[in-house]
Amino acid sequence: MQSTLFHRAAVGLTSLMISGMAVASDWTERSNENLRPGVTGVSQEVYDLHTTILWIVTIIGLLVFGLILVSMIRHRRSKNPNPSTFHENVFLEVLWTVVPFVILIAMAVPATRVLIELDDSSKAELTVKVTGHRWKWEYEYLTYEDDNNIGVSYMSNLATPAEQINNPVLAGGLFPYGTAQDAVGSEFPEKDKNYNLEADNPLVLPSGQKVRFLITAADVIHSFWVPDFGGKKDAIPGFVNETWTVVPEGKEGTYYGQCAELCGKNHAFMPIEAKVVSQEEFKTWLAEKKEEAAAAPDLTPFADLDEAMALGEQTYAGACAVCHGNNGQGGVGVAFAGSDFATNEEHLDEHIDVLINGRAAMPAFGAQLSPREIAAVVTYERNAWGNDTGDLIQPQDVQDHE
Amino acid sequence: MSTAAAHDDHHHHAPTGLKRWLFSTNHKDIGTLYLWFSFAMFLAGGLLAMVIRTELLEPGMQFVDPEFFNQMTTVHGLAMVFGAVMPGFVGLANWMIPLMIGAPDMALPRMNNWSFWILPFAFLILLSSVFMSAFGAGNPAAPNFGWTFYAPLSTEYGPASTDLFILSVHMMGISSIMGAINVIVTVFNLRAPGMTLMKMPLFVWTWLITAFLLIAVMPVLAGAVTMMLTDRHFGTSFFNAAGGGDPVLFQHVFWFFGHPEVYIMILPAFGIISAIIPTFARKPLFGYASMVYATASIALLSFVVWAHHMFTVGMPLAGTLFFMYMTMLISVPTGVKVFNWVATMWRGSMTFELPMKWAIAFVILFTCGGLSGLMLAITPVDFQYHDTYFVVAHFHYVLVSGAVFSMFAAAYYWLPKWSGVMPNKLLGELHFWSSLISVNLLFFPMHFVGLAGMPRRYADYALQFADYNFWISIGGFWFGLSQLLFLAVCVLCAMKKGEKAPARSWEGAEGLEWEVPSPAPFHTYDTPPVVK
Repeated sequence: MQSTLFHRAAVGLTSLMISGMAVASDWTERSNENLRPGVTGVSQEVYDLHTTILWIVTIIGLLVFGLILVSMIRHRRSKNPNPSTFHENVFLEVLWTVVPFVILIAMAVPATRVLIELDDSSKAELTVKVTGHRWKWEYEYLTYEDDNNIGVSYMSNLATPAEQINNPVLAGGLFPYGTAQDAVGSEFPEKDKNYNLEADNPLVLPSGQKVRFLITAADVIHSFWVPDFGGKKDAIPGFVNETWTVVPEGKEGTYYGQCAELCGKNHAFMPIEAKVVSQEEFKTWLAEKKEEAAAAPDLTPFADLDEAMALGEQTYAGACAVCHGNNGQGGVGVAFAGSDFATNEEHLDEHIDVLINGRAAMPAFGAQLSPREIAAVVTYERNAWGNDTGDLIQPQDVQDHE
Repeated sequence: MSTAAAHDDHHHHAPTGLKRWLFSTNHKDIGTLYLWFSFAMFLAGGLLAMVIRTELLEPGMQFVDPEFFNQMTTVHGLAMVFGAVMPGFVGLANWMIPLMIGAPDMALPRMNNWSFWILPFAFLILLSSVFMSAFGAGNPAAPNFGWTFYAPLSTEYGPASTDLFILSVHMMGISSIMGAINVIVTVFNLRAPGMTLMKMPLFVWTWLITAFLLIAVMPVLAGAVTMMLTDRHFGTSFFNAAGGGDPVLFQHVFWFFGHPEVYIMILPAFGIISAIIPTFARKPLFGYASMVYATASIALLSFVVWAHHMFTVGMPLAGTLFFMYMTMLISVPTGVKVFNWVATMWRGSMTFELPMKWAIAFVILFTCGGLSGLMLAITPVDFQYHDTYFVVAHFHYVLVSGAVFSMFAAAYYWLPKWSGVMPNKLLGELHFWSSLISVNLLFFPMHFVGLAGMPRRYADYALQFADYNFWISIGGFWFGLSQLLFLAVCVLCAMKKGEKAPARSWEGAEGLEWEVPSPAPFHTYDTPPVVK
């Protein structure tokens, strides 16, 4: 296919304008240009408050602009050659100080009421600890009804495939570390309806029960925001913030959110997918998750290098590529392709250690990946992109590490 | 006056060539330097914005890496705030305050020279990191943490260039503080006999108050970046929770600077508009005294509203309520100003020359920005608006169609005085209409995508936001290109091409600056005028 810059841009734009309209109101069934009423009581109240205030400021604005317009028409020199000379009027000045003040009080009263309501996160039935990582969310289920020791936690990554995101138009040139330059000129797959919003492991919540979120972060500040739940709260390293929500029964479904505080390179690529299910379904799901968490790790050895490489490639794409590059070329993280670290036998033990325990900006993956996955990733990094060391690391090696 | 000035020219050789500008202690030359510098930064910052808008034309990553995108948003903000808007107003202050109060020059002319010449170097340091990032091998990143540089993204996780950023912010701060001291000393000591405080033009008043704000908060910014520096290199933990520090402390310190900073960027604009509207309405400014008091109350209130930028960090209820009420209160004095301008126009005898067009556009569009500001003050709703494009729309309405438009108004208004020729009407009209339409195409739909849920500083977005983002980008390119027309207007004036301007360049203009010839002679008011 012919692929000049302009050709690509024109085709892309046209198809996007059309597809954009088709999916327009589909994220949730709401407006493209206004706040969403959301699904919770609080989000409804926030929406009502927004609507009221929008009307008030619109009316004030139209009044002021109307006066300016009238003045521009009637008090131009051709219509009014002799200007008046008044430059003071105590009555008017007091009036336009007092009236806005009264309007403000009228706005402050409902605002205060909603704020007080939002502040009360007591009597929650489910408590979930939400931890922001660069660039994924971690959900840890702490307590549910009478169960104070759930012990279920997992990571939630962006599910949109990289090929949908990386549509480079320029090969090298001005911005040499541009994403995935080798993809320039290739056919890009069509973007999913929920492009950039879907996660691999959604946050699962029961309907009709009060959920308390304890929000924190592992590295930099993030912000946890599901618009349909009515607001956001910052995830701050070293702090635990609280917020809560109740999604009413009958409103089960999937609600999407996004990180709302700049957290580095992939700030735009760490969505929140919240799947709200009935209480029954939630209980079943939670029981399954508990069982999974209690099971001993799978330490079956890899039969051969190919098996380990296959799992490694998959795991690398999900957990490592954002920082270390799709082809191990580095980026925010170090490069592996051809590096001493990934090819020298001396560093093998250190390689496993850094993956498990982290180092400086590199997060610890010991709790996020299974020993089998860690072994596969290390194997992959030491054998892919021309790093033909032949090292095959087995799950048991990782399990035995320190 | 003109005889005094002419006499002066005889035995006081005005220096020429590079030395004239490098060693200048003349308020007019330094003002000119500031204004050209500000415009250069406006174009540079605009270029970075074009990169942002190109990437956001459609969903997906097409042109730059998300990492580079973050560098663009960061340096765009810094260049515009510290490079374009603040120096622009300082340039206007330099040129106009001595002329308006009948002073021969600024009170501290050598410091004036220094406070300007620090700036190009500060920005050379900052922008060098962008050049290194875009062109250098291995590409060390430019600052990539947003112009608000929240810790720990800018401390533990900041790129090496953060140290260049810290140094350049220190230099900008020193420059601003010296500029502010100069304004205060000039206004208090060099007013012509009879020019009492309550007779000063509002531009002088608003700048006097701005200067106090600058002196109060620039050291706070310097403190914030110094704490960053010691956190990064000397083992302190001001902003690191793991070491007993507090990342939220950074935000408190930053916004204690940052909110008054917002008013630093808008109060002088109020002064400009208060000069232009009476001129073209041919009617005295309505409520002069209430304008002065409103400016002062806005300045005072600006110190007790900073935490409205951080409603989502999890403050206690009482704190949140306090900051909400205080923030809402600011709309009262701001409203007074808008009503005063409308009342000034009312039953005047208006004509709509270029400065007046920009001034009216300012009043309307700034009011739009003010009203969305009031919406943002309502905390429970701010939990939804916070950090979305709604906020981006809000502050671009007050800063671009507010502060920047007021500077265009000022430039068209005083260019005859500076250059001696009237600005080119055709180019000026094109510049105005083109900017007015494109600025709204650029920023108005941002309200929509923001409300619908698009977070700010996003390199890529969900498909839902595609349509509006496309048009926002078109508006952005259009607005950016329109500014080249203004460059042409300025170059024509600088080359003295155009209709010759009389001393009183606009029929209804009042004030001392219109008593001296156009262009204003190199030295003015060697003998102070007497103000009745």
